[in-house]
Formats: sequence, C-alpha cells, structure tokens
Amino acid sequence: MNTSRRWRNALVLIAALLASWQLAYWVVGDVALRSPWQTIRYTAVTLTHTHLFWVHLGNTLQAFAFALAIAIVLGLIIGFGLGLHRLSADAMEPMLVALYSIPKITLYPILLLAFGLGMSAKVAFGAIHGIIPVALFTLNAVRGIKPILLKTGRVLKLDPATMVRSILFPAAVPEIFTGLRVGFSLTLIGTVLGEMFAAQHGLGYLLMNAIGLYNVDVIMSVTFLLVLFAAGVNAVLLAIDRRLHFRA
Amino acid sequence: MEDVARRIDEDDGANGRFLVNSVKPDTIDRFARARTGAAAPSRRFLNRVTLYQVAIVSGFVLMLEALCLAGVIDKITMPPPHRIALDFFKLMASGKLWPEIGKSMANVLLAFVLAYVPGIAIGTALHGYRTLRDTLDPLFATYYAIPVFAFYPLFIVMFGLGDGPQVLIGVLLGIVAVIVTTLNGLDRVPRVLRKTAAIARLGPLETAIRVTLPFCAPYLISAAKLALAYAFIGVIGSEFIMARTGMGYEIGFAYTNFDNATMYPLIVLILLLSIVMNGILSRWEKVLLSRRGL
Repeated sequence: MNTSRRWRNALVLIAALLASWQLAYWVVGDVALRSPWQTIRYTAVTLTHTHLFWVHLGNTLQAFAFALAIAIVLGLIIGFGLGLHRLSADAMEPMLVALYSIPKITLYPILLLAFGLGMSAKVAFGAIHGIIPVALFTLNAVRGIKPILLKTGRVLKLDPATMVRSILFPAAVPEIFTGLRVGFSLTLIGTVLGEMFAAQHGLGYLLMNAIGLYNVDVIMSVTFLLVLFAAGVNAVLLAIDRRLHFRA
Repeated sequence: MEDVARRIDEDDGANGRFLVNSVKPDTIDRFARARTGAAAPSRRFLNRVTLYQVAIVSGFVLMLEALCLAGVIDKITMPPPHRIALDFFKLMASGKLWPEIGKSMANVLLAFVLAYVPGIAIGTALHGYRTLRDTLDPLFATYYAIPVFAFYPLFIVMFGLGDGPQVLIGVLLGIVAVIVTTLNGLDRVPRVLRKTAAIARLGPLETAIRVTLPFCAPYLISAAKLALAYAFIGVIGSEFIMARTGMGYEIGFAYTNFDNATMYPLIVLILLLSIVMNGILSRWEKVLLSRRGL
C-alpha cells in the first residue's frame, strides 16, 4: 500500500470515527456524553489551564517512563538470554504466552502489598505488562536469525558481547522493534490501569475521581487525551516499524 | 497474484505480529518443521521441554516458600504457598464465594460469545470488501494501543454500574482480535477451494460455512484463545476497578481488608482458570494442525 493511500484511509477512518461519536452524542445526550467539539474545547480551554491536570499528567508520564525503561531492559535481557538457548526458548515461550494471556490486573494487589501504595507499585505494574511482549518478540527474533550469520560469528571467534552487538541485534532489530511498539502500548495501559485501581495521582486517578464527582467533561477529556496519545505514538512507531521490516 | 502475496505479508506486519497468541505463518512453519522431522526423536525433545517447564514452575514455588518461611517476604505481603493451597481448599469447600465465581464466569462467557461469533461474522463479511478493509486497516493496527479500560468510567456513566459495562469492555477488547485473526486465516484459503465452491454453485454464505471457515479452523481456535483471554481480562479487570459483585471485586475487597486468606486463593483460582482454558484450546489447535500434517 503506498503512502498517499494510507493517509487517505487514515483520514477517512478518523472522519468516520468522529461522525459516529457525534451520532452517539445525539442519541445518548448530555447526560452521559459530550460531543467531539465540546470535548476538544473543554480539553483545550478548561482542562489544560488547571494546574492540577499538569501535576497528574506529569505523574503518569514519569511512572510510564520508568515502567517502559524497565520493561525494555528486562524484556531484552530475557529475550536474548532465552533466545540463544534452544531448549530454554522452546520451554519458556509457551509459558510466556500463557503469562501474557492471564488477567494481570489480579496481580496488582500483590504488587501493592509488596511495594506499597505509590509510584513504585504503579511502575512495577506497568512494567510487568510490557516485559512479556518485549521478551517474546525478542526471543522469536533471536531464534529466527539465519544460522549462517551465527556460524560466521563463531568462525570469527567473536566473544558473546560482540556477537550480540554486531550480529544478533542488527539481524533481529525489525522484530524487536515490533515488540517494543507492543510493549509501549501495554506499558501505558498497565500504568493507567494501576492508577485507576489505587493511586492518589495520575490520569487514571483523575478518571476514577471524575466518576465519583460525575464530571462527564473530565471523563471525556482525559479519555480523549489518552486515546490521542496512544494512537498518535503508535502511528509513528508503526511507520518506523514498517520501514524496518521493508528494509529487512 | 504477487500483489495479494505482498498484501498478506504487509498485513502480518501491521496486524498479525502484535497478536502474540495468534497463529502466524512462521509458527505454522515451525510446527511443520517440528512435525515432519520424524516423530520419535522430537517426542523425546518435547519431554525434555516439559521437564524444563515443570522444573521452572516448581523451582519458583519452592523459592517463594523458602523466602516466606525465612521471613524475607513477610506474612502481610504474602503467605507461604502451602498456606495459600490450604486456604484455597478451605475457601472452595466453604462455598461462600461460589455465587461470585459463577457470576464472573457467566459474564466472561457472555463477553466471549459476543466477541467471538460477531467477530467471525464481521471478519468473513469484511474479507469480501477490499476498500472497506483497507480503510479499517489503520484502526486494526492502532486498536490495541488504545487503553480500552479508560472507557470504563464512560460506560458506567452511560449504562450504570452493572454487568453491562463489564461485558462491553470484554467484548471491545476481544472482537478486533477475532476479526483480524479471521481475516488472516481467510487470506490463506487456497484459490482452488474458492473455485471449487464456485463450481458447486455455493452462495457466499454457504462458501463461508462449508469451505473457507472450516479451512481456517486453526485460526478460529487461535481467535477463540484471544477472545477468551480478553473476556477474562475485560470482565475481571472491570470488576476489580469498580463493581459491586464478582471475583475481581472480591479480590479488591479482600485487599482493602488485608484478608490474604481470601485474596491469594482467589488470585490463584483466576490464574488457574485462564491458564487451563488457554491450555485446552492450545492443545486442540495443535491437534488440528497436526491432523493437516502441519
């Protein structure tokens, strides 16, 4: 698919989504929804001019950044470690897939008990969402590397560190990047989810607080911002991802 | 023809890869290599794999047990695993949480059915409309980046605090995975099967039910795995965030009351349920693939 058609598709899709949002607003009414225009205006005029919003946003972004860093580093280590060892890879892959499909939210109370209510529990919860996809994609990427590349490395008597840096990593980069993209989304979901259950700060807390206060404006605006951020970053990452896969 | 092949590759890049659970062509290749290699030696290898897995799990549990008994993990954070096992049987035998468990499972099942059946129908219908599918492609590619749980407050405001919003979250999480996996499967139906169906004068609906969907059976099972996992995540997660009943709610309630004797067994139960169901479907998927010589 060429770029101009991709843009056209995206624009048509956005228009369709906005139209159905507006339609839903007309059907449901002011009780529970706001129109796209009202939401954007509230976001731009009211919400972003309150000091407290920036505090919550900063808090979420900070937790998210820590969680993402942990997820990427640990995910890559686990992925490379298991991917290089055939038996470990075969044994651990189904287990990682099973872990991936469990409702991780049920583990959150354990994390809360272990880390206490606050930043570190949120970071840990975000990170466990992101680690598994990064590890899985890295594992499969490393396992899928053409044997001839590895043999060449062995013939050249490369030490393990050089092997990873100059052969494994470049060969596996497109797959690993896909893992990072998925890990990014899941870490964000995890972080916000953690805030929604138990936190005193962050966008997730703001959302839950708004239910208590029945503040539809805030619910709509924060949801809108989260979706905008997640979809926007994902679109950029997806474009890079496609380029990497195309080149490979 | 070449264009079709390229498109399929592209679709995998966009949609297939983030569905870690779904059958990807390389997974099938791997099965193919593993199965056609000669069954006897690979059997022994599989046993080693199982042994490895058992060792990892039991090692992990033993480590937790040791850490708990040594006092590195204190009792308020986590009771030792043998204690959790005892509490688990006590809780199940007392039967006081059976209604909650039943209710959650009914909602999970409902969310699963509502995501799975319409998902396959939409996927099958969409497969015939190239332009519409191209237009929806960016949505499919971005969908799982969106925190669907962020819509939960909105749904509560719209539909009230009941089962509706929970099931809806489960359906929303699962349905797109089902659609994408169905499309992926339908892309791989050989042209000769469609031609045969055309020669037999089957209509579009009959072609789907008798020819193309049965061919996609492994994909449909993988879609079922995803829909089930997402139904679990959606329903239990929503109950956990805000609800008045259900297993997720009970875990949250036990957490706020420091009731570890209820909380840990319930967590274990949910993990067991989701892993066992996932395992059964995976086994079935493998049987289907091996029956086709894959």
